Amino acid sequence: MTPTLQGFLIASAALFSIGLLAALSRRHAIFILIGIEMMLAAANLNFIAFWRFGQQHQPPVGVMIALFSIAIAAAEAAVGLAIVIAVYRHYRSTNVDEFNQLRG
Amino acid sequence: MNFRFGNYFWFIPAAPFAVSLVILSLSNTRRKAAAALAVAGQALALVMSIMAFAKTLQMPDSRIVANFTWFTFGNQTLRLGFVLDPLAAAMLVMVTFVGLCIFVFSVGYMADDKNFTRFFAYLSFFAGAMLGLVIANSLLLLFMFWELVGLASYLLIGFWIERPAAAEAAKKAFITTRIGDMGFFLGMLWLYNRSGTLLFYDRGNGCLEAAGLATVGASATFIALLIFCGAAGKSGQFPLHVWLPDAMEGPTPVSALIHAATMVAAGVFLVARVYPIFSLGAINGVTPSLTVVVWIGVTTALMAALIAVAQADIKRILAYSTVSQLGLMMVSLGVGGVAAGIMHLLAHGFFKALLFLGAGSVIHGCNGEQDIRKMGGLRRVMPVTFATYAVGMMALSGVPIFFSGGWTKEEILQVTAHWPQSHVPYYLALAGVVLTALYMTRQMIYVFFGESRSASAHAHESPRVMTMPLIVLALCAIFFSLVLTPAWPWLDAYLIGEGVRFDLARLIQPMLFISLVLVGSSVALGVWIYGKAGVPDGNRTADVDPFEYVQPVLFRFLAHKMWIDELYQRTLIAFSWMCARLSDWMDRFVWDGLVRGFGAFGQVFGIFTARVDERGINAGVDETAAGARGLGRLLSAAHSGQIQTYLGAIAVGMLALLLLYAWLA
Amino acid sequence: MVGLISTIIVIPLLGAFAVCTWPRGSGRVIALIFNAITTGCALALWAKFDRGAAGLQLIERHVWIPAIGAEYLVGADGLSLLLVLLTSLVVPFALLAREMSRGFYATMLVMQAALYGTFTAQNFVLWFLFYEMTLIPAFLLIKIWGGENRDRAATKFFLYTFLASAAMLLSFIGIYLAKGTFDFAALAALGKENLLSGKLGWLAFAGIFLGLAVKVPLFPFHTWLPDAYQTAPTGVSMVLTGALSKMGVYGFIRLLLPLFPNQIKIIGPWLLALAVCSIVFAPLAAWAQRDLKRMVAYLSVNHLGYCMLALFAIAGSPVVAASVDTHAALSGVFMQIFNHGITAAALFYFVGLLEQRRDLRGIDDFGGLMQATPILCGWMSVAMFSSLGLPGLNGFIGEFLIFKGSFAMAAPFTAIAVIGLLVTAIVLIRAMQSLFSGPLTENCRAFPDLLRSEKFVIVPVMLLMFVIGIAPQFVFNIFNVTVAHMGWLFS
Repeated sequence: MTPTLQGFLIASAALFSIGLLAALSRRHAIFILIGIEMMLAAANLNFIAFWRFGQQHQPPVGVMIALFSIAIAAAEAAVGLAIVIAVYRHYRSTNVDEFNQLRG
Repeated sequence: MNFRFGNYFWFIPAAPFAVSLVILSLSNTRRKAAAALAVAGQALALVMSIMAFAKTLQMPDSRIVANFTWFTFGNQTLRLGFVLDPLAAAMLVMVTFVGLCIFVFSVGYMADDKNFTRFFAYLSFFAGAMLGLVIANSLLLLFMFWELVGLASYLLIGFWIERPAAAEAAKKAFITTRIGDMGFFLGMLWLYNRSGTLLFYDRGNGCLEAAGLATVGASATFIALLIFCGAAGKSGQFPLHVWLPDAMEGPTPVSALIHAATMVAAGVFLVARVYPIFSLGAINGVTPSLTVVVWIGVTTALMAALIAVAQADIKRILAYSTVSQLGLMMVSLGVGGVAAGIMHLLAHGFFKALLFLGAGSVIHGCNGEQDIRKMGGLRRVMPVTFATYAVGMMALSGVPIFFSGGWTKEEILQVTAHWPQSHVPYYLALAGVVLTALYMTRQMIYVFFGESRSASAHAHESPRVMTMPLIVLALCAIFFSLVLTPAWPWLDAYLIGEGVRFDLARLIQPMLFISLVLVGSSVALGVWIYGKAGVPDGNRTADVDPFEYVQPVLFRFLAHKMWIDELYQRTLIAFSWMCARLSDWMDRFVWDGLVRGFGAFGQVFGIFTARVDERGINAGVDETAAGARGLGRLLSAAHSGQIQTYLGAIAVGMLALLLLYAWLA
Repeated sequence: MVGLISTIIVIPLLGAFAVCTWPRGSGRVIALIFNAITTGCALALWAKFDRGAAGLQLIERHVWIPAIGAEYLVGADGLSLLLVLLTSLVVPFALLAREMSRGFYATMLVMQAALYGTFTAQNFVLWFLFYEMTLIPAFLLIKIWGGENRDRAATKFFLYTFLASAAMLLSFIGIYLAKGTFDFAALAALGKENLLSGKLGWLAFAGIFLGLAVKVPLFPFHTWLPDAYQTAPTGVSMVLTGALSKMGVYGFIRLLLPLFPNQIKIIGPWLLALAVCSIVFAPLAAWAQRDLKRMVAYLSVNHLGYCMLALFAIAGSPVVAASVDTHAALSGVFMQIFNHGITAAALFYFVGLLEQRRDLRGIDDFGGLMQATPILCGWMSVAMFSSLGLPGLNGFIGEFLIFKGSFAMAAPFTAIAVIGLLVTAIVLIRAMQSLFSGPLTENCRAFPDLLRSEKFVIVPVMLLMFVIGIAPQFVFNIFNVTVAHMGWLFS
């Protein structure tokens, strides 16, 4: 079976959906973060796939973008975790249902 | 004599100035030190003046000039200087000599005054300024000293500052002379503008030397007349004479020094100093400006002599006599007799100072009384004062041969008689001479003859310190007649820088007989009219003046100084005060009113825009704001604060977009 | 490296900060210490100043806002130096007038810094910044520490001068849009070749003229002045008249005359008429005043009117003035600025002393003071005689040169202006008579004479008046080269 663009896109869409589902349904803040990370990974997969099967694929372009995206995701995860820890210290809880201070 | 004194003659005014400063810094109680210092300063100035005089005698018709740069402005320089010439040297000697006598006299006269030291400080200051004025070689420097003598005069007239009349007189003197000075100032500016220098003598480039005069040209008449305004103010010439009689509110030595002998003569001196400008372009010795000088002078001389006849205050009579004599000097200058005018100035300085000091002695003896109608019979109790006063009176009246005033008056009449323009000034001057003898006789009779009246009942002779100066001055008045004898007119020649020769024939002149007859007859007339003054005679009571008895209306007119003061009060002063009120009113209501009008306009506009704002724009904005607030409230309900709700919303939105895309594609 | 001029500008600001924050001591002492430093700096500036060189010296130039041509450009020529020295003299003198609260001294120091800035800035934007910066402290000083009617007077002062400044700013923006520079020297050079012509030129001229005429003030834009000077506390009146009023004259010399020679030539007679009105009507109005401060205020209008007369005479005359007249007029104006600063400040100081002793300052509220307080009266008379231009005191020299220069170019106007000299004399002599002479009024009997501390303040200033009056060369040396250099503007 040769790899095709469609296969990658299906895998990527599945990954995204799983991530979205996790982010929407879990009540634990860490799991929500993990879900977001999964959605980011899906996006990265798309980048690589479109690069690999695109019209003109000079070696570094798609990889570079993916690498940037991963780095940003890492930074975002770090910030997200830090926020979660700060929130936990404040509320003594990681259940996002209890965090409704931003209610309008 | 040749230690180059000539270069240091400017030290003469410096000495009294320095003394004045030292005295001002002394405490009020150091009376002896103050008097000693002032007299010493004046004596020093006198010695130096005599040295300067001797120096100029040695080298006639030359002048010592010491010019210096006062300051540079931009790339221009302003130079001032001092000059020593016969005119200045003669004035120096007169001023310092008379000054010294008066300083000594003041030590006695002011002995009881609590501001004794301040008096001598002012007096020294005056002496310094006056000496500076005399030797100034620049019209600007002269003007500066001119203002300073005016200041000294102001301070000394108002010396008894607690008296409102003295303060009023001081104010009047300062302002009246300043009116003239403004003319002087303009004349000076004009001259500076034309000639480019204000130095009188500057190695041929001065404004009084040929080259400078050539640049002045046709404006000379105006310049001269403007300068004459200053001279008229200072020398009490009509119509600016009104301050001088009032100035008698000052202490008597001040009247003697400033308002008789020296400062008031500065106007005459000024005209003599800048005479080349007055006589520029003269035809037959007559120029328009000199003609004005003659007519002003003769008007003043006659008017003041007339007023003097009806005055009762011993000092005011002398003051009007001063005004009259100054008028005579102006006439002399105007008709071309510069030397005669200056000699009369010098002689007048001596005998008028003598008369004023004599009057001071009389006032001192009568415990401050100045009304001649309350005196009488003082001849017996004050013999020295009487004798010296008589000498002064004869000199003033112009008794010929033995008294200084006689010769100089003679000379003035002589030159006036030969004025080509008109003979009227000559006859008017003669009338003035007659009146002078008349009012002096009247004064003598009232004060010294007859029975003693209220004020003279307890009179006493003045102390030695006061009588000594009187004797010295009286001797001078007599001695000066020898100096001035026309047989050997050296002073005359010296002043105008010519050679001199002895000629006894000049003694015998027809004029001499005329004046002998005139003076003799007017003294006789005086005795005849006033012989019984102060005592009842027929229907006349003792306090009525014999002249008043005959001519009550005319007498009142003269006694009220021809109502000139009242006239000025009602016209000029009232007018300028009205101007002042008007300016203030304009400021408050017109100019400020305009500003406030603008302000009010702004305010009205502000109120209008505020209305528009509230009713129109603001209302609309308010509605918008209310709507926005309601919408916000509605939307805020969607914000649960639950992060997953938001995330869900995003997902739904994304899905919707995807579907939209798919549908469109 | 901060230059000397910037130091002079900054130190009063530091002083203001110190007055506000320093925990101990009176505000006055701290303010005076900082003033001693600025005075030292100003003297250093004088020493460093090369009086033989024309043009600006000790220039500091930094980029500020290049987009609008604004630069930080300060420098001094003779005129700037003269005014810096004057400010350094008048402000400490004013601080010594009366003990006030800390806020007062801080505000005064801010105003001082702004004054230094105004007199040294050579770029319009910077200059205008400082020029307006004087306004706010002055407003606060009148509004907070003033006497009766202070709200009204302060508001009037502020609005009047501010509106005028706004007009000036508009004009300058117009000039900038047309010519692209705010640099004074560059503008002056352009002015020589007809900076702006036509309607635009007249509009720009009118705006700047209005701005400066209100500041001087020139008749009939002077009505804010009597109110402001009358109600301001003594020290503020001293600075207002001693230093602040010079900003207007300075502006005329620096800006209006060099920039608009043609316009001034065309309406020269009208400008001269305004100056003569200032000279004649102001002392007449002073004559009618009962309040001493108001009287002195009106005399200030008169004295600055002389400056205007000379400037308009040389700039507005149809024929080119001879250099002797131009130099006389300019030197006279500079001298008059300096002398009036000292003399008017001294007069206000003396009125303040009288007010302090009796809480009244009407001309009829005192009488016979000479008997109670001879020394006070003596020195006050000196100040008054200086104001009326008595030779031997400082006032005479400036007035003589002004009249000398103006007479050559505008003799009729000058001749009328002489009336001003006369009326000034009448006003001051009348004041002297009513204050000092006559019988001593009952409630002045317990007056203390000049105290030792007051003598310490006033006597040096008075001696300066004598020194300038007798040997003025040292003052002329400051600006002689500048005068000669400025002379070309009018040739």
